[in-house]
Amino acid sequence: MAFTLGFHIVLASLGVAFPAMMLIANYRGLRRADPDALLLAQRWSKVAAVTFAVGAVTGTVLSFEFGLLWPAFTSRFGDVFGVLFAIEGIFFFLEAIFFAIYIYGWKRLSPWAHFWTGVPIAVTGLGGAFSVVAVNSWMNQPQGFTPSSGDVTKVEPLKVIFNRAVPYEVPHMILAAYLVTGFLIASVYAVGMLRGRRDRYHRLGLLIPLTVAAIVTPIQFAVGDTAARSIADDQPVKFAAMECVQKTATHVTEYLGGRCTSSGVKGGIGIPGFDSFLVGWSTDTQVTGLDSVAPDDRPPANTMLHLSFDAMVGICTALIGLGLWLGIAWWRKRDIPQTKWFLRATAVSGVAAVVALECGWIVTEVGRQPWIVYEFMRTEDAVTQASGVWVTFSVVMALYTVLGAALVVTLRVMARRWREVEVEEDDVPYGPRPGGSPTVVSGAQ
Amino acid sequence: MSSADASAGVLWVGVTFYAVFGGADFGGGFWALVAGGGEAGRRPRDLIDAAIGTVWEANHVWLIFVLVVLWTAFPTAFGSIFSTLFIPLSLAALGIVLRGSGFAFHATARRLAGRQLAQRLFGVSSLLTPFFMGTVVGAVASGRVPVGNAKGDPVSSWLNPVSLLVGALFVATCAYLAAVFLVSEARRAGAADLERYFTVRALGAAVVAGVVGVAGIVVLHSDARYLYDRLTHEGLPLVIISVLCGAGVLVALRRRATRGVRPLAVGAVVAVLWGWGVAQYPYLLPEKLKIADGAAPSATLTALLIVFGVAVVLVLPSIALLFTLGQRSLIEETKRPKPTQ
Ligand code: HDD
Ligand code: HEM
Ligand code: HEM
Repeated sequence: MAFTLGFHIVLASLGVAFPAMMLIANYRGLRRADPDALLLAQRWSKVAAVTFAVGAVTGTVLSFEFGLLWPAFTSRFGDVFGVLFAIEGIFFFLEAIFFAIYIYGWKRLSPWAHFWTGVPIAVTGLGGAFSVVAVNSWMNQPQGFTPSSGDVTKVEPLKVIFNRAVPYEVPHMILAAYLVTGFLIASVYAVGMLRGRRDRYHRLGLLIPLTVAAIVTPIQFAVGDTAARSIADDQPVKFAAMECVQKTATHVTEYLGGRCTSSGVKGGIGIPGFDSFLVGWSTDTQVTGLDSVAPDDRPPANTMLHLSFDAMVGICTALIGLGLWLGIAWWRKRDIPQTKWFLRATAVSGVAAVVALECGWIVTEVGRQPWIVYEFMRTEDAVTQASGVWVTFSVVMALYTVLGAALVVTLRVMARRWREVEVEEDDVPYGPRPGGSPTVVSGAQ
Repeated sequence: MSSADASAGVLWVGVTFYAVFGGADFGGGFWALVAGGGEAGRRPRDLIDAAIGTVWEANHVWLIFVLVVLWTAFPTAFGSIFSTLFIPLSLAALGIVLRGSGFAFHATARRLAGRQLAQRLFGVSSLLTPFFMGTVVGAVASGRVPVGNAKGDPVSSWLNPVSLLVGALFVATCAYLAAVFLVSEARRAGAADLERYFTVRALGAAVVAGVVGVAGIVVLHSDARYLYDRLTHEGLPLVIISVLCGAGVLVALRRRATRGVRPLAVGAVVAVLWGWGVAQYPYLLPEKLKIADGAAPSATLTALLIVFGVAVVLVLPSIALLFTLGQRSLIEETKRPKPTQ
C-alpha cells in the first residue's frame, strides 16, 4: 500500500492540478488570441490525459488493496469511511467524463464551449482530493462511530466527513498538488531553455505554472505550520516523533536535521526553547514527549520521520525563495530572471517538490504507526491473514516500476516528437482539420 | 424495502453498468487481440480504438463504484471475499494495470517501437481480467466464501468447475457484447467490410456464450444446488427473458437489422445478471451471510443512498452527454478506419 500510494500520490497530484494549468493556458490563448498559449494548452491536455489514465489505473489498484491487504480494516471500518469514497466516486466519474470531452473535443467544439467543458475537470479534481484526504484525516483523527471496540453499530457520517484533521490536512494536500504540478511543469520548460530553446513558447510554458506555484507556496507554508501546531495537540505522539521529543517538558529545543536517538537528537542544529515557542508562542509551553505512551505505542523510524519533516519544511522554504526571485524580477522588468541560475533552480524545483510531497506522506502515515486508525486499530490487526500476498505485492512493485518507466519514456517521446515536427497538422488547436471529411482522418500513420 | 435491500439494489445497478460498459470494453480488447498485430488486422483494430478511446475511462469507473458500495454497505462481505479470493482478485488487478497502461501508451504513443507490445498487453489483459472476475463471481455464487479474514480455501474456492465456467462465460459475454456494438460502429463509419467482419464474430460469440451458459446450468445442478434451485424457480422468468433476447439477437444479426440489436444484446446480459441477483437474494454470500446481517449501520446506508441519488442526477446526464457528443462525432479519436467506397 505504501509503495502503490507513494506512486499514486504523484499522479493524483497531477490529476488534481494539471487541468487547472491547462485551463489557464487555454483561457489566455482565447482571450488574447495567443497561439503559443493555445498550443501549450493543447499539449498539456495530451500529457494530462496520459498521467490521468495511469493515475486512474493506480487508483483502481488501491481500491483492490483495501480488500487484498487490509480486509480486517475494511470489514470493521468500511461502513464508516466508505461514504467518503462514494462521494469521491462521483467526482471521479465526472472528472473522467469531462476529461474525455475536453481532450477529444479540441477540433469540433466551439472554442469557448470547449473551454467550459474543461472547467468541471478542475472542480471535480478538488472535490476528489477532498474526499480521499478526508479519509486519511479520519484515520488520524477518528470520530463519528460507536462502539469504540468491536463491530461498528452506529455511524454519524457528517462527523466522519468533517473530522478534526480535515481543516488542515485537506487544504495542505490540495495546495501540495498545485505546487508540485506547477514546479514540475515549469522545470520541464526550464530544462528546455537551458538547452537553448528560449522562444516565447518555452517562456510561457515556464511562466504560467511557476506563477501559480509561487503564489501557492507561501500559503502552503502557513497551512503546514497550522497543521504542525494542531497535531501537537491532536496527535502529540506523532509530533513528538517528528521533533524527537523524548520527555514531556517545557523549553524544548528545536533541532534542524540530526539523528534521533533515545537520548534526544544527535548532530543537527539546536535552537533552545524554539520548539516550545513554535507550539504555543512561548518557551514555557509544555510539549508532550514520547514517554507519554508505552514503547510499543510509539512510531518507528523516528530519524526518518524527523528528517522527512525537516526536508518538507526546508524544501518549502527554498521554493518560497524561488517564487520571490521570480516575483521581484517580474515586478522590476516584466520578465523572468535572465540568469542561468534561475533556470537551474527552476529545473530542480520539480523534483524537490515531489520529494516534499513524499516526505509529507511519510510524516502523516509513518507518524501514525503503530495505528492504522489512530488509537482504535493497530496496523498489525488490519492486515490480511492470507499467506502469499507478498507474492502479489512483489509483482505489483515490479509492475509499477515498469509502469513508471514507461510513463516517463512515453512523455519524453511525445516531447521529442513535438520538437521535431515544428508545425504538424495536429497542432492547429481549433478549427476543422484541413481537408478531412468528418469521419475520415488523414494519416497520423 | 429496507435500506439494506435498497443498497444491495444500488450495488446491483453498478454491477449491471459495469457488466455492459466494462464488458464491451474488455470485449473490444479481446477482438483487437484476435485481429492480430499485422496489417490485416489494422482496420478492425482502428475501429476498436476509435470506439473505446473516448469512453474507456468512464466505463471503468463503474468498477470502482461497485467496490466502494460493497465495502461501504457490506463491509464484512467485502473483507471476506477479498481475503479468501485474493489470488484471482490480485490477478484481475494485475490485468487492470496492464490493460490500462497498455491502452494509455498505445493510444498516445502510436509511433513508438513499443506500440505492438502495448497492444498485445492490452489484448491479453482484456481476456484475463474478465476471466478472473468471473471466477470470483463463481466462487461467491457457489457459496465458497465463508465469513472472516481469509477463512476460505485460497485455491479451491475459485479453481472449481463453477468458477471456471463462469470465468469462461464472462469472456464470451464480453466478446459478444463488444462485437454487437462494433457492428453498429462499423455501420456508422460506413465500413461495410467491418460490418460483415463483426457480424460473423458476434454470431460466433453468441453461440459460444449460449453453450457455456447451458453447461453452467448443468454444473450448477451438481455443484451449487442452492443457486440452481433458485435460478430455476424465482429467477426463471429472467433466465427466459435472457434466452429470448439472445435468440432475438441471432435473428436480427442474420437479417442485418439496423435497429434493436444492441438493446436486445444488452437485455440478454442484464436479464441474466438480475436473474443471478434474484437467485442469491436474500444472501450476500449464499447460505452464509444475509444482506440484512451483513449491512452497515443505517446512517451509513442512508448517506450512501443519498450519494447515489446525487450521482444519478449528476453523472447520468454527463455520461449521456459524452456518448451523444461521441455519436455525433463532435468528439473523436483522431483515427478511424476509412469508409469503404
Ligand atoms: C491528492 C489527491 C488524491 C489522493 C491522496 C489519492 N487520490 Fe486517488 N486519485 C486522485 C486524487 C487522489 C485523482 C486526481 O482524482 C485521480 C488521479 C487520476 C485520476 O484518474 O483521478 C485519482 C484516481 C483514483 C482512482 C481511479 C479513479 C478513476 O478511474 O477515475 C481511484 C479508485 C483512487 N484514486 C482511489 C484512491 C485511494 C483508495 C486513495 C488512498 C488511499 C487515493 N486514491 C489517494
Ligand atoms: C484510507 C487509506 C489509507 C490506508 C488504509 C493506509 C494505510 C497505510 C498503512 C497501514 C501504512 C503502513 C504500511 C507499512 O507499515 O508497511 C501506510 C503507510 C503509508 N501510506 Fe497510507 N494509508 C492510507 C492513505 C494514504 C494515502 C491517501 C496516501 C498518499 C497517497 C498514503 C501514503 C502512505 C505512505 C507514504 C506511507 C508510508 C510509507 C512507509 O510505511 O514506509 N496513505 N498507509
Ligand atoms: C513544499 C511544501 C510542502 C509539501 C509539498 C507538503 C506536503 C505534505 C503532504 C502531502 C502531507 C500529507 C498529507 C496531509 O496531511 O495533507 C503533509 C503533511 C504535513 N505537513 Fe507538509 N508539505 C509542505 C510544507 C510543509 C510545511 C512548511 C510544514 C510546516 C511548517 C508542513 C507541515 C506538515 C505537517 C505537520 C504534516 C502532518 C499532518 C498530519 O499528519 O496530520 N508541511 N505535507
